[in-house]
Formats: sequence, C-alpha cells, structure tokens
Amino acid sequence: MLAYAIRRIVATIPVVLIVALFVFSLLYIAPGDPAAIIAGDQATPADVERIRASLGLDRPFLVRFFDWLWSVVRGDLGTSIFTNLPVSHMIQQRIEPTLSLMVLTLTLSLSCAIPMGVIAAWKHGTWIDRAVMMTAVFGFSTPVFVIGYLLAYVFALRLDWFPVQGFTSISQGLFPFLRNLILPAVALGLVYMALIARITRATMLDVLSQDYVRTAKAKGVGQRGILFIHSLKNAAVPIVTIVGIGFAALIGGAVVTESVFAIPGLGRLTVDAILRRDYPVIQGVVLLFSCVYVLVNLGVDLLYTVFDPRIRY
Amino acid sequence: MSTTVQAGDFTAAPTLPDVLPTPKERGKIGGFIYRHPTIVVGGTLVTLMILIAIFAPFLGTKDPTSLAPARRTREPSALYWFGTDMLGRDVYSRVLYGARVSLLVGFSVATCAGIIGTTLGLIAGFTRAFDAVVMRVMDGLMSIPPILLAIALMALTRASVKNVIIAISVAEFPRVCRLVRGVVLSLREQPYVEAAIASGTRVPVIIWKHILPNTLAPLMVQATFICASAMITEATLSFIGAGTPPIVPSWGNIMAEGRALWQVKPYIVFFPAIFLSITVLSVNLLGDGLRDALDPRLAKRL
Repeated sequence: MLAYAIRRIVATIPVVLIVALFVFSLLYIAPGDPAAIIAGDQATPADVERIRASLGLDRPFLVRFFDWLWSVVRGDLGTSIFTNLPVSHMIQQRIEPTLSLMVLTLTLSLSCAIPMGVIAAWKHGTWIDRAVMMTAVFGFSTPVFVIGYLLAYVFALRLDWFPVQGFTSISQGLFPFLRNLILPAVALGLVYMALIARITRATMLDVLSQDYVRTAKAKGVGQRGILFIHSLKNAAVPIVTIVGIGFAALIGGAVVTESVFAIPGLGRLTVDAILRRDYPVIQGVVLLFSCVYVLVNLGVDLLYTVFDPRIRY
Repeated sequence: MSTTVQAGDFTAAPTLPDVLPTPKERGKIGGFIYRHPTIVVGGTLVTLMILIAIFAPFLGTKDPTSLAPARRTREPSALYWFGTDMLGRDVYSRVLYGARVSLLVGFSVATCAGIIGTTLGLIAGFTRAFDAVVMRVMDGLMSIPPILLAIALMALTRASVKNVIIAISVAEFPRVCRLVRGVVLSLREQPYVEAAIASGTRVPVIIWKHILPNTLAPLMVQATFICASAMITEATLSFIGAGTPPIVPSWGNIMAEGRALWQVKPYIVFFPAIFLSITVLSVNLLGDGLRDALDPRLAKRL
C-alpha cells in the first residue's frame, strides 16, 4: 500500500513538470516583447537590450524555466500586466466562489448520479433504465451555458425562486449562499452527472451478474443490501476513475458557468484575462487548475487501494 | 396374448401451435433501422444539419451580416423568424450560417486530431524508445483540462476559424493517441502479427496492412465523440470571447452577442442554443450507435 502510494506520487512529478513546461512556454512564445513594452516608444535598441538583461530575458530558455519554476514553488506566480498585482494574490481573492461552486456541484451530482445508475442497472431494460440513459445522453450533449441560461430563465426570471446572478459568501449564512449557488451548480453538474450515471450503470450491470451477488441473494440479503453494500463497493473502481477524469469537464465548465451567472471566481478571472491578454494571469490559472486536476486523479489512484485491496501495481 | 397393435390404439398427437413466433420478415433497411435506431436517428439529424449548412444561402431569408439599426431586437415574427439581434441582423439566417462554422470545426478537429493521434499512437505502440517519451508528454497534455488548453492557445494567436481548429485539435489528440497505442499494444501480441514479423514483413507494411485496419472501428467511434466535444468547445470559446472572430456568425458568437440582452430578449440566446444542442446530441447518438454496432460486447451495457 505504502509502496504503491509512493510510486504513484513519484509518477505524477514528470506529468506536473510537463504541464509546467507547457505553461511556461506559453509566456515565452506569447506575442509582444516585455522589454520593449517596459522601455517605451522613445527607447533606443541599447536601452531595450539593457532592460532585457536586467529582467533576465537574455538567458537561455531552460535556465529561465527553472528560475520561473523555483519562484512558482515559492508561491510567486508573477505580476499581472493589467492590474500590476501579484497573480497569486488575485487568485487568492477569487478562489472562494469557485471552490464553493465545485464542492456543491460535486456533492449534488454524485448524490444524484450514483443512485440513478444503480437503479437503472437494477431495473435493466425497463422504462426507468431507458429514461435514465436518455437523460444521460441529453446531459452531456447540452453545453453548460445552454443549461445555465435555460435554468436561469425558468427558475430565476419566470418563477423567481432564485436570484438570476451573483454570489453570496457562506460567511453570510448558509441559506443565501445555497440560494445563489444552486442553479449554477445544477447547470455545471449535469454533464458530470450524466457521465457518472452511465458508468455506474454499466459497471453495476457487470457486478450484478457475479456469483457472489447470487450467493448474497441466496442467503437472504435484502435488495438494498445487495445493491448498495455488496455490489457498489465492487463497482467503485471504474466509477471513481470517471469521477477523476470528468473533473476536467467540471473545471472547463466552471469557467463558463461563472460567466453566465456572474460569479466572481477564478473562471471570471480567466475570461477577463483572455480578453485583456493578461498572460501571467492566464498562466497562473491554467497551472493551478491543471495541478488540481492532477492531484484529484492522484487521489483517485490512491482510493483504488481502499476499494480494491488486491490492486498492487 | 396377441400384442398386435391396432390402428385405433393411437391417437394422433394434436398439432400444437407454434410456440416460437415466426421471425418477422424485415427488409435489409427495415432490419437496420430496428437493430440500430440510434444510428438512424443520429445519422438523419446530422445529415439534415449538413444540408442546412450547405444550403444556408438559399434557406436564409436575409444576409446574415447586414446591419440595420432601425430594426434591431425585433421579436420573432413572420418576417424575422427568429427575431433580430442588437444590430438588427436576422437571427434565423445567422443561425443557419452558424451550422457551417460548427460542423466545419467539428469535422476538421475530428480529422486532424484523428490523424495526428493515430500517427503518434502507432509510433508509440511500435517503438519502445518513443513510447515512454510520447506517453509522458501525452499524460502532461491530458492533465490540462481541454477547454483551458484551448483557451491558453487561443490567447496566443489571432481569433480565426483556422486557429480555433488547431487549438481544439491540440487539446483533443492525446486521447486518440492513447487509444491507438492501447489497441496497437494488444494487437502486437496477436498470432497473425507475430507470424508477419517472423516471416520478415517490414514494420511499415505490418502497420498498414495488419494494425491500421483493426484500429479503424474504435477510431471511428472516438472521432465521432471528438467531433461532438469539439463543437461544444468551439461554442464555449466563442461564447467567452476567445474563439472565432465576432464577424463570423457561429452559434457561440450569436449567443455571446445575445448575452447582454438575454433577460429581455431571451430568443437571441435560445435559438442558436437549441441548434447547437440538437447537433451535438445527434452526433453523440451516432457515436453511441456506431459503438454498439462495431463492438457488440459493449452493446448491451453502455
């Protein structure tokens, strides 16, 4: 178990390095010479050259990469071109709404998708099964912002049950927090839910035809016991895998959802940064999200051993 | 004590009704529709969208780019079927032209990502030296969420349909590469490939004649799903302002322009949204159906 965990953690290091290399190259090949911009219009080529040397821009690519990597490790992501604030500071300010949205979405979609998939597998071939599967196909065929606008139009504009836009911090009370965040979470979670419900159904169909399930049935275990205790644990490995892989859709979707519902989170920061071509901010956000994604999938790999102690890679 | 049997001792067994129903006679086409309903539904809708894209200039009622501030934000009517947007452009005509952008991006990305991914996957699967390096790079690329990767690439370049296709292809091809490599690794162990190697067939011939044909089925299914996800990514990029240039009437752009007014004029956002969702849904249905038809083991499960 420990050896497996250490091996998995070591294996993520090259992946993170490649991500970092890509993100760094982004700024390296970005159009516009930072030295020329700082020097201004009146500068002579010699001035530009001096500024370039003082910024360290004249050094080789790899030297600059490891320099940059070292400062990132220490928590320095550079300075925004537009606001002149440290990128790490800007990210800190925006992290709460995004984190809240993700946690709520994850909770909602997991608590809906897994029972949906289990019931569909149990009632295999009936209209319940078909209804769940159709919902799933619709779920990942509809872009997040389409669902977002549809929900906002029906439940916020027409029915007036929820606010149309905005975000309230959890420190101002749980109820206003949830009231603001429930529509974005549902919009964002639908794709994720569809993915998980599909894989849950498929794996459960496999597990339910196993001998130990028949044995459990024969010794008189109730339907619920068979489904949620005997079978679900054995179906867990593919399900958590999809939960990990699908996290990418959640991150991409958050960027869009925050624009639709005017949530001042990291997604909005990304969109604003793109429109202003604020490369250090884009860099910081892409690096942060990718590292979160890698860590989530590392966590998934480590969870495997909890669900299936036989796994020893 | 004669045991002769007389004719009257026997009663003829009653003719039983056929328990098994006679197999229903279906023509070739009827049988196909019955067995693969998702291919038929998905395929029909995709064909319809392709026709709309091709004949957009004839189906459209107005020039999609002509501005007319005097008649802006009209509600849908007999004259403007889907209404007009903030600049007075006909939303119906723009949505028809939007089908062109969406399908072009979807198909191009599926083709580009398919070709690049297959080539790299074949190389990685066949040469040990490349395998470790290529797959680590793929792992790295795959750990950047696809939309973020496309956003980052679009931030570097000018907004154009070509650049959108390149950016989304880069974000999608590692998945193809990994799929093809997996197939190659399992095919390499097959007796007929070993036989080909033993009989001295050159590697390019083995790849072309024995490996490639066997990767086509999973590849086609994957390409369909990439096409669907590329169309969503394109719309998303355009929607947040990092996609096709605003002058191009893509569904994402129409929605982005309708955003400011959506609380009062929701139709500007909803018409392109409906078209986008139907197109993606039909491509996904087609992919589901293809997978079921090409991989019968999975057919009853997913």
